Amino acid sequence: MSAAGDRPRKPVILAAHFPGVNNTTVWADPEAGSQIDFSSFEHLARTAERGRFDFFFLAEGLRLREQGGRIYDLDVVGRPDTMTVLSALAAVTTHLGLAGTLNATFHEPYELARQLATLDHLSGGRAGWNVVTSSDAFTGENFRRGGYLDHADRYARAEDVIRAAVRMWDAVPAGADAPAPFAYAGRHVDIRGRFGVPRSPQRHPVVLQAGDSDPGRELAAATADAIFSRHSRPDRARAFYADVKGRLARYGRAPDELKIIPATTFALGDTPGEAAERAAHIRRQQVSPQTAILQLEQVWNRDLSAYDPDGPLPDVDPDVSAPPIIQGRARMWADPMATAAEWRARAEARHLSIRELVIEVTGRQTFIGTPAQVADAVDDFVQSDAADGIILIPHLTPAGLDDFVDRVVPLLQERGAVRGEYETTTLREHLGLPPASPVARDRTGRGSATA
Amino acid sequence: MLLAAALDGAGHHPAAGRVAGPGADRPFDPFDAGAWARAAVLADRAPLDLVTVEDTFGAARARPDAALVAARVAPLTRRVGLVPVVTTTHTEPFHVASALATLDHISRGRAGWQPRISARAVEADLVGARPAPTAAEAFADAVDGVEAVRRLWDSWEDDAIIKDLATGRFVDRDRLHYVDFAGGTFTVKGPSIVPRPPQGQPVVAVLAHVPPADDLAARGADLVFVTPEPEAGAVRRRADEVRAAEAAAGRAGEPLRVVADLAVVLDATAGGAAARRDRLDEVAGAEWRTDAAVFAGTPGDLADLLAAGPGWGLAGWRLRPAVTEHDLPLVADVVAAALRPGASDAGDGADLTLRSRLGLPRPASRYAGSGP
Repeated sequence: MSAAGDRPRKPVILAAHFPGVNNTTVWADPEAGSQIDFSSFEHLARTAERGRFDFFFLAEGLRLREQGGRIYDLDVVGRPDTMTVLSALAAVTTHLGLAGTLNATFHEPYELARQLATLDHLSGGRAGWNVVTSSDAFTGENFRRGGYLDHADRYARAEDVIRAAVRMWDAVPAGADAPAPFAYAGRHVDIRGRFGVPRSPQRHPVVLQAGDSDPGRELAAATADAIFSRHSRPDRARAFYADVKGRLARYGRAPDELKIIPATTFALGDTPGEAAERAAHIRRQQVSPQTAILQLEQVWNRDLSAYDPDGPLPDVDPDVSAPPIIQGRARMWADPMATAAEWRARAEARHLSIRELVIEVTGRQTFIGTPAQVADAVDDFVQSDAADGIILIPHLTPAGLDDFVDRVVPLLQERGAVRGEYETTTLREHLGLPPASPVARDRTGRGSATA
Repeated sequence: MLLAAALDGAGHHPAAGRVAGPGADRPFDPFDAGAWARAAVLADRAPLDLVTVEDTFGAARARPDAALVAARVAPLTRRVGLVPVVTTTHTEPFHVASALATLDHISRGRAGWQPRISARAVEADLVGARPAPTAAEAFADAVDGVEAVRRLWDSWEDDAIIKDLATGRFVDRDRLHYVDFAGGTFTVKGPSIVPRPPQGQPVVAVLAHVPPADDLAARGADLVFVTPEPEAGAVRRRADEVRAAEAAAGRAGEPLRVVADLAVVLDATAGGAAARRDRLDEVAGAEWRTDAAVFAGTPGDLADLLAAGPGWGLAGWRLRPAVTEHDLPLVADVVAAALRPGASDAGDGADLTLRSRLGLPRPASRYAGSGP
């Protein structure tokens, strides 16, 4: 394999992301099923387990997105509660890890720790927690405390929440059926009492982290077991991988103690040409004419409803002084002026319409090809240190993963890149992680050696 | 007549966690999904109308999160209503509404919610340095919490998802509604993140011993659990108090279903049941006294007692098994069969929602047709 040299090959981590509430999910396809019925979640989870995946992944929603002050209506809207679905999925799967996003800002750490420990018991050691942070007052309007947190403090809060959770998971019961006393005193979390869930099969459910900023990466290096990364382009993925793995030594951690798993998409075909055609078809489904305009508005930060999606790009510049037009999701474009200039140049050079341009510059599939090509590419992606595995986001609910499991996974199994059968029982074991959270091993705090 | 069971891990008797059930070599483990699955499947087979799952915010004893237990058994059952305790004082109404709406989707319309306050100082300490509310404040907050949750359940009209190919719209946002709830201590904007649950409004049930709890039930619940002595006079007096609370609260629409709680120690003979009770008390080191009356006797005698309930003004009974693995099978297989012969036939009631089991109509969203 390319960059791997003489090192042993890394096992490829596979995860299945339930299609989310953005335009990656094609609801208008005749095959698209319910985003809410439990049968859809069960289908994807059973498919992933049939493919011997490491885990199933479910994101969380805390406020419906708005654009221009109105609820965003072009993508899938609405989803069920993360933990409730994961607990139900534990009843219809046996080995598959069950991971989900739970926001560290708008959940109480005591409740989070209790629910995750409960899920870990009820699933026999398969619970995972993707810690995200937010501080926006928009989301806060749905909660008792409102938008209470300074933007700059969101990772400090997240770190306190993670450390407090580990403190509770490690609390020692005073006797049979006697809840365990604990106390945690941090700047953002100052709690004490008794924790009524005894040590769960994993002891510490797996912690994933999704932050991409410098403090986000540092938090992951200090506290996370895995990173749900957004970098799927090989060059950027390798740079991210090297950067984050390079931070681990400071915390006394070996490089393979933190797994990096980017979100990825795919399109398969019997021939390379058919796969390319299928990929293009999916992209057109993902970017409807109306979606093209609203995506452009997210860069221009102004109302572009008067523009023709099949016409040229706007000649006005982005409005960088106005408040963000979109609320309820992270900003996707760091420098709107530069992005707009680049897109305009591209569209002019190749005579692209707004819709054609948006199709080209957003969300192209990570892996496109025949099953053999995709198996090669996935394995190479991992062995060349762009990642330790991938989180696959199908574009269709609920059957969007079927082809990958039926046609690509057997090829990956043949070459020994992924397991043929489950040989471990807990998610922590599936991922090849140490038996405890880095927070618990690093008892003296930052910079100390592994115990 | 409604027949329910209150599940609390190994059982309600303080010694339940220290005794094994019949044929078992160790006590019921409340952190073993298989133990819950067996209990839920028993209740489903009977079928009981609903099971509640006990919980508190602060850990009085080792317990798993009740809503997650209910979700864990939902795919394994088809008929029984699933009603977890989810506390109100330190929890977020937005999360509570999402979790229970999701439970309703997963169970195809069998979800309910037993709200409970958390007024102890040790519970406030679990969420940080804040003063514990008084019981009165906690009940007032619970009234607000139930109202906020109910509004969130209505915040999506039933037909909000339109998948309109011509306009590219997944939802009709005019059928999604801000709830703009403003209570005594918190506000919630909405709409919910979860589309309207199958029942429209999952069933809300309150355990009430004190007037503020009666008031909470009268304002926000569909069903109230009460704990009188199981005899005509006491039950009728308690039912009258509930009706008075409804009048005081100005309740309109469906009256509260009044359900009496009864703790049960069952055995094939009356002497056997009394001996079981004595042995449990001996293990616990004290006589079992709880808020509900304790019945020790045969399933047949229990069925006879329960059959009198409707004549006393009760919609039904919720039984609290002393030891889950001993008493629940007798409740589900023997008592339920005696009261409702033939009900356990395969397929019976598999399509019923919990509301329809209770004779409650499916309400339209309060926002239906109100426009944007």
